[in-house]
Amino acid sequence: MLRFIATRLLQGVLVLLAIYAVTFFLVAATPGSPFSSERAISPEILAQIESFYGYDKPVTERFVTSITNVLHGEFGPSAVYANRTVTQIIGASFPVSAKLGLFALAVALGIGIPVGILAAVRQNSWLDYLPMSISMGGICLPTFVMGPLLVLIFGLILEWLPVAGWFGWEYTILPSLTLGLYYAAYFARLTRGGMLEMLNQDWVRTARAKGVPERTIIWKHCLKGGLIPAITFLGPALAGIISGSFVVETIFQIPGLGQWFVKGALNRDDFLILGCTVLFAALIVVMNLIVDIVQVALNPRLKYE
Amino acid sequence: MALLEVSDLRTSFHTRGGVVRAVDGVSFTLDKGETLGIVGESGSGKSVTCYSLMKLIPEPPGRIESGTAFFDGQDLLQMSPKQLRKIRGNRISMIFQDPMTSLNPYLRISTQLIEALRIHTNIDKKAALKKAIEALEEVGIPGAAQRVNQYPHEFSGGMRQRVMIAMALITEPDLLIADEPTTALDVTVQAQILDIIKERQNRLGTAVILVTHDLGVVAGTCDKVNVMYGGKLMESGTAEQVFYNAIHPYTRSLQKTIPSLQAKGENLYTIAGLPPDVSKPIHGCAFYPRCPYPKTGAPEGDRPQLVDAGDGHCFADCRFCDSSAPIETVLPQKDAGDLAGEELA
Amino acid sequence: MSDHSETAVLADEPVPPPTEASEIAAEELEEGSSLWRDAWQRLRRNKLALASLFIFLAICLFCVAGPWFSPYNADAQDLFLGAVGPSWAHPFGTDTLGRDLMVRVMEGGRISLLVGLVATMVALLIGVMYGAVAGYLGGKVDSAMMRFVDLLYALPFTIFVILLMVAFGRSLWLIFVAIGAIEWLTTARIVRSGVLGLKKQEFVEAANSLGFSHMRIIVRHLIPNVLGPVIVVATLTVPAVMLLEAFLSFLGLGVQPPDASWGVLINEGQQNMEIFPWMLIFPAFFFALTLFCLNFLGDGLRDALDPKSAKD
Repeated sequence: MLRFIATRLLQGVLVLLAIYAVTFFLVAATPGSPFSSERAISPEILAQIESFYGYDKPVTERFVTSITNVLHGEFGPSAVYANRTVTQIIGASFPVSAKLGLFALAVALGIGIPVGILAAVRQNSWLDYLPMSISMGGICLPTFVMGPLLVLIFGLILEWLPVAGWFGWEYTILPSLTLGLYYAAYFARLTRGGMLEMLNQDWVRTARAKGVPERTIIWKHCLKGGLIPAITFLGPALAGIISGSFVVETIFQIPGLGQWFVKGALNRDDFLILGCTVLFAALIVVMNLIVDIVQVALNPRLKYE
Repeated sequence: MALLEVSDLRTSFHTRGGVVRAVDGVSFTLDKGETLGIVGESGSGKSVTCYSLMKLIPEPPGRIESGTAFFDGQDLLQMSPKQLRKIRGNRISMIFQDPMTSLNPYLRISTQLIEALRIHTNIDKKAALKKAIEALEEVGIPGAAQRVNQYPHEFSGGMRQRVMIAMALITEPDLLIADEPTTALDVTVQAQILDIIKERQNRLGTAVILVTHDLGVVAGTCDKVNVMYGGKLMESGTAEQVFYNAIHPYTRSLQKTIPSLQAKGENLYTIAGLPPDVSKPIHGCAFYPRCPYPKTGAPEGDRPQLVDAGDGHCFADCRFCDSSAPIETVLPQKDAGDLAGEELA
Repeated sequence: MSDHSETAVLADEPVPPPTEASEIAAEELEEGSSLWRDAWQRLRRNKLALASLFIFLAICLFCVAGPWFSPYNADAQDLFLGAVGPSWAHPFGTDTLGRDLMVRVMEGGRISLLVGLVATMVALLIGVMYGAVAGYLGGKVDSAMMRFVDLLYALPFTIFVILLMVAFGRSLWLIFVAIGAIEWLTTARIVRSGVLGLKKQEFVEAANSLGFSHMRIIVRHLIPNVLGPVIVVATLTVPAVMLLEAFLSFLGLGVQPPDASWGVLINEGQQNMEIFPWMLIFPAFFFALTLFCLNFLGDGLRDALDPKSAKD
């Protein structure tokens, strides 16, 4: 088990390095530079700025410098927002995004998994049809449609909740729902499928023949295996929640990292783009590692393969 | 009083293609410690009979239409789910055909072994575990104390079926229903599994219903035999009666199919044709289209009733064929060239 | 690998009469066509999937043919008119620049559907070839290729698409390629497992012994046989691609004004929804309805083409 985790960790680090390299050269290959703006700057000053940020050196040398810095935990200065380092920007905005993401994940799992289990157990009843139809609808309403609609209904028509900003708990509800409901729908469908597969297995009949109550059959015999499809989807779900946060933070004007990333990409703020990409990728890599470990823990057959 | 008294059991499946009458009026009795064999081809309704007794038929599409099954004076078919749970795994246990899929791969053997004990008795976990190890030893699993903590995928097919037997008998039930317990296993393991069932039965005084399509298995292990075809009993009686004095053409044809009873070098005997489609109404004898005896009339009316030929030896009296004709006449004709080809192959 | 090199040697020998091969092909075709007919029968019984198919076709017709019948031009501004709600003259209302929203929804649909179809084609092209080659070669090559796919699955792709869009300008062609280049993974997996199962069968051995090249066997004999699952994936990839395009357009990184896709329209609608809610509602409705239909159709096709997977 330890060896397994160590291998996966090493793999993860290599993947991160690869992502960093790809992103770096992609950004470097982009025509123009972060400093070419509408305002006319004299060539001498531009050259001075460029040399300050190291842009006068060859690409490979810049890459080596930047990766050394990153390994020391320093992402460099923001090229657009003068006198703020990328580390500062991330430090200020990441907690906001992390909170939003965790709430969204809680919404997704907290609603999706119980609904999926219930639908599977009461297969072909209204407790199955109704939530599954709604979840199909949910899958077809991406965050950038769901968000505005929720704002329209709960913010503008009913006036129950604030529509923008990030101040108290009531400001977190609509963004978390917007981001989480889409994945709740996915998790509900995956959990239902997984549970149904388990409930149709021969060993469930064995358990019934032993006089095991239905409740025990569901929780003890089927839940472990039934959750595996949902667990597997955790990685893609986190990736989706991250990219969804770009949208949600824009709609609700939340000062999170997603907004900074999009702004960084649009403004060609090279160091900011690199910092955000590596951070997002690291989150996903860690999540995938957790998923792998949980899967092995849930499924005894995987240990020996 | 008999331990189990089933009368006129009817189970059908309501599918889109029509009503499948899987079990169509089956009656039999079983005493304490007795072994009853239920024999028949696939789809004859033998397994459905057993699942109906335990009410393990998935509803819908399945439905137990009528009948009674008195177990120790109580009708199993009228029980509430709660009452039934007290019987299942406690007084009636079951072993299934495929040991590879009948054990939960996500749970340890120990968990699955002690489950029935913990549900039906007030035993604490430690004592239950001790009993589980004993149970594994009794079915001949070496190193039981270690293996009890393993998962099913670490066991071979034969070993898993031993676990199933240990699991079914751990509560010392009055009745064990074994649904083709050896079908999915290697031939070499089959005899061992049957021996274990027999040995445990003798020790515990358990009655056994053994479902199988292998007449040879029945001959060696059963006291009584039911022969099923198309959802109905064709013949029933003691093993001796059904074996040495078989009356119904179907039973006699089945006997002919036992490989070890056939002369060497001959083609293996098979019953031509297919089992009846029980989703369509059957007129007269269900076996009529495949019956090797000279036909004496066209099948019509209801399906034949069981008639007692004496000493409890019953058979479905069909009257559409001449069952007094010697069975040898029905052997498939074979010419020399055919035989030569067979040997070459 | 060794048996393949043997067959490669065989290929240099005189080619045997092709009758056998054409017979095999004919047999395959017959079996195939009845398979398709069965699938169509099953699909026809699935009312929801069938309704989805017709609604989707209706939306396509509405978007493709609609602009020809509309008196308005999607780019024609009427600043004096401004944004007005739905009326007889403008059934969906107009936007802040006075442009007719119905025509804009149609034109946006054209682009969204185009992106959906073309990018899916790109994805299928890559996925089918990659999967077929991995499955056909098998062994170490296969496991290396599939490990690579696993690795890619774990990556934050939307981020890369965003970077690509920024780096190389926001053209429609780049959208096709960039989205297609990341949506091929599932197709590759499915094709690979299908081919892995098929290549053991006699007709592949027959083709091999006739000395056909590997490429020909893959393209002519293996890929047609995994078409069923591929169609299912394709149906489900189209909405995924449209979603991604809309996502990019919403962030201002996709289709650029004055062109519009549904994503662009939804973005404009979202900015104005407090005062002009119809600007959000109409494009969002069409977008969601299209995804809805495609998802249901994909599910229905899966049940129809692979009855085993339809358990209940």
